[in-house]
Amino acid sequence: MANRTVRFSIYRYDPDKDEKPYMQDLTVELEPTDRKLLDALVRIKAMDDSLSFRRSCREGVCGSDAMNINGKNGLACLIEIDSLTWPITLRPLPGLPVVRDLIVDMTQFFKQYHSITPYLVNNDPPPERERLQSPEEREELDGLYECILCACCSTSCPSFWWNPDKFVGPAGLLAAYRFLADTRDQATSERLDNLEDPYRLFRCHTIMNCVDVCPKGLNPTRAISNIKDMMVRRAV
Amino acid sequence: MSVPVRKFDAVIVGAGGAGLRAAIQLSEAGLKTAVLSKVFPTRSHTVAAQGGVAASLGNSEEDHWHWHMYDTVKGSDWLGDQDAIEFMCRKANEVVVELEHYGMPFDRTDAGKIYQRPFGGHMSNFGEKPVRRSCAAADRTGHAMLHAMYQRNVKVNTQFFVEWMALDLVRDEEGAVVGVTAMEMETSEIVMFHAKAVLFATGGAGRIFHSSTNAFINTGDGVGMAARAGIPLEDMEFWQFHPTGVAGAGVLITEGVRGEGGILRNSDKERFMERYAPNAKDLASRDVVSRAMVTEINEGRGCGPNKDHVLLDITHLPPETILKRLPGIREIAIQFAGVDPIKEPIPVVPTCHYQMGGIPTNYNGEVVVPSATSKSEVVSGFYAAGECACASVHGANRLGTNSLLDLLVFGKSAGESMVDFIKSQPAAHRPLPANACDFTLSRVDRLNNQRGGANVHEARLAMQRAMQKHCGVFRFKKLLEEGVQQISEIAGQVAQTEIADKSRVFNTARLEALELDNLIEVAKATMVSANARTESRGAHVRDDAPDTTERPNGRDDQNWLKHTLWFREGNRLDYKPVNLKPLSVETIALKKRAY
Ligand SMILES: Cc1cc2nc3c(=O)[nH]c(=O)nc-3n(C[C@H](O)[C@H](O)[C@H](O)COP(=O)(O)OP(=O)(O)OC[C@H]3O[C@@H](n4cnc5c(N)ncnc54)[C@H](O)[C@@H]3O)c2cc1C
Ligand code: SF4
Ligand code: SF4
Ligand code: FES
Repeated sequence: MANRTVRFSIYRYDPDKDEKPYMQDLTVELEPTDRKLLDALVRIKAMDDSLSFRRSCREGVCGSDAMNINGKNGLACLIEIDSLTWPITLRPLPGLPVVRDLIVDMTQFFKQYHSITPYLVNNDPPPERERLQSPEEREELDGLYECILCACCSTSCPSFWWNPDKFVGPAGLLAAYRFLADTRDQATSERLDNLEDPYRLFRCHTIMNCVDVCPKGLNPTRAISNIKDMMVRRAV
Repeated sequence: MSVPVRKFDAVIVGAGGAGLRAAIQLSEAGLKTAVLSKVFPTRSHTVAAQGGVAASLGNSEEDHWHWHMYDTVKGSDWLGDQDAIEFMCRKANEVVVELEHYGMPFDRTDAGKIYQRPFGGHMSNFGEKPVRRSCAAADRTGHAMLHAMYQRNVKVNTQFFVEWMALDLVRDEEGAVVGVTAMEMETSEIVMFHAKAVLFATGGAGRIFHSSTNAFINTGDGVGMAARAGIPLEDMEFWQFHPTGVAGAGVLITEGVRGEGGILRNSDKERFMERYAPNAKDLASRDVVSRAMVTEINEGRGCGPNKDHVLLDITHLPPETILKRLPGIREIAIQFAGVDPIKEPIPVVPTCHYQMGGIPTNYNGEVVVPSATSKSEVVSGFYAAGECACASVHGANRLGTNSLLDLLVFGKSAGESMVDFIKSQPAAHRPLPANACDFTLSRVDRLNNQRGGANVHEARLAMQRAMQKHCGVFRFKKLLEEGVQQISEIAGQVAQTEIADKSRVFNTARLEALELDNLIEVAKATMVSANARTESRGAHVRDDAPDTTERPNGRDDQNWLKHTLWFREGNRLDYKPVNLKPLSVETIALKKRAY
């Protein structure tokens, strides 16, 4: 691969100096080793140190660099530059307040995560050794525990955009189901009570945007429908 | 300028595995604790750990903490302190079981117990044959562990300051630690955190090298802050190069891949580790495997058009095993190497991975420094745990899965020590010195007003390239000497970095410049310590200390069985003895390290 020049259009906003947000058009010369979108962003930042974005692991496990890339939420460190059409248009995650450039205020997102009792509840005195769980029981947690809290899903969910304070959103609900599905957890009915509400769970209209964008290939919609099933089962 | 002061019983800097484990202890004790982190806790780099956490649970075959201890001492090439190593290996089962009780989704055996896999250097019966000791949640152990511990902290109501960067350690006239200064990233506000006890759990500094498995945020902040506050740094010449970073990308492929049966091959498709480590083969200790790989490459048996890497082959494993035990690795190989490991081997090279040295502590997590009367005097109010600390359990080379264990054991013991210390203190905090924040303010002012200075990106790149070339897998006397000179020149540039962005809002340019101030301290300490140690030991191997009969592997116990201490002031070195005396068992006697 030879050096290549790529065109970008990037959302810029620094409340300390800009009256309002604007889109900045720019071109960058990339090195052959620049594969992922994050490599390109780092390259741009080396020229213009004011471009602001979060990043850490650069391998898709920390969940820092979620952004809206050509209209779709994703992690900059996992998206291949060459898979994108030009100009590569980057915006902050939709639906959350913008702090600066590509950095959004995640308070509301984490508030919802924190609202689902995101920890194992087991009130028996802890045994001396591990609590037992069969491989099959453990398998129930696959596809749930891997969430990296990147918020790609919740910020692509229309129901979350309209009611970020009331609807838990796909990430929070996936986490809720992660504990409901854990054979070691004893708070099933409290957890279901916590979600039995016209908004918290039932605002999900199965639009599936969340499944479409999750960079870890997780399926919040399935988790949501499993929770709904549990509610129905306990009602009868 | 007056800086707002906030008072806490304890301040923990860092919300990775070590910081979160300590925080559980303090919150459960009901102490007013602030946990500061540059990133949301679950974004800390512990999240990237893949292979597992060591504990001699013996769930699949017989195992014993004493065997684990033996392996760790041997792995450390006898530079680890045997009291701390015994402490860690004996505590392993307790802390891993606790983690399971917190909700960690470990994989399971058919009997429902925690699943364990073999890992490099972990053997049964004092070095006989590989043993299943690594407790794993697929190949996402760090992620599962970090989330479980964050969740536990939510349960016990720990108070987090997310996206706050600690800038400097504050000590009073007597040298006691009384707090840290920190910057809120969103607003650039600087605040003094006044505390009775401070724990540094800031993780590694792998970003001093050009090619690293470490995250962008792993910039050695705790180590840099400690050095600036007059604390010496221990054994900084010892850096682990992990054998299997994805060639070109640096992203890690866990040793768990070899634990599950993966094989390293050269351009002749030969399983070359059989020649270097007839017993342990691909599961020999990391330094041994990394050097074997570099030797293969240097002798022309590298793979690819540039013959610059070797291949990690798992194509012979059943696809089900790969999908079940190594799903994350498959994802990484596809994403970063462009190969599906079910069908094709993965191109890999040794990549900087782990810092064995750090802030000197004892096994209670207390920071210890030389004084007029002792080589290890406790610094009142100061604690360190995790990768930024040196207890020293890893010595000259860390075994895989022993770091996650270190986080749990020493995070917990540091937390316990802090609880005891705070409870023994008078109700009132020690007063802050009048000039507590001056140093921090002057650093930030200097940066904000610098004109005609060095570019942060360029200075950092120059440092990373110099470290890679002058202080890599194999070290050469001549290159080390030049490296000391080069790094000291680059340090001059770092003292004059300039940023264009002056915004007060989430100014990542300023944060990166402040991080570079820390990285360069780590780089200096590493170069100077490495240049001075004229033997080969563990991860530190020099051309002028080859393998001979008098000095097997080039190790010189007569002159160098001692810990290095680097002092920032005067770029000076001192040494202290290795503790060869365990807590309850016999000393594991010195011998030649072979696998
Ligand atoms: C890719 C990879 C895989 C690994 N796999 C394994 C494995 O399988 N088994 C094993 O035992 N070990 C493994 N290791 C090593 C191990 O993961 C690390 O050594 C360990 O996680 C470090 O944990 P920590 O708590 O010390 O630091 P980290 O998890 O790095 O956390 C550091 C914390 O400090 C905070 N911080 C840093 N500076 C500041 C500052 N100035 N102000 C405020 N906060 C700050 C950060 O925000 C973060 O919260 C692996 C390492 C890597 C890189
Ligand atoms: S399926 Fe439900 S949670 Fe997912 S995007 Fe649609 S409404 Fe949101
Ligand atoms: S479910 Fe997927 S998209 Fe949503 S927060 Fe978790 S990892 Fe991100
Ligand atoms: S940088 Fe961590 S997920 Fe992309």
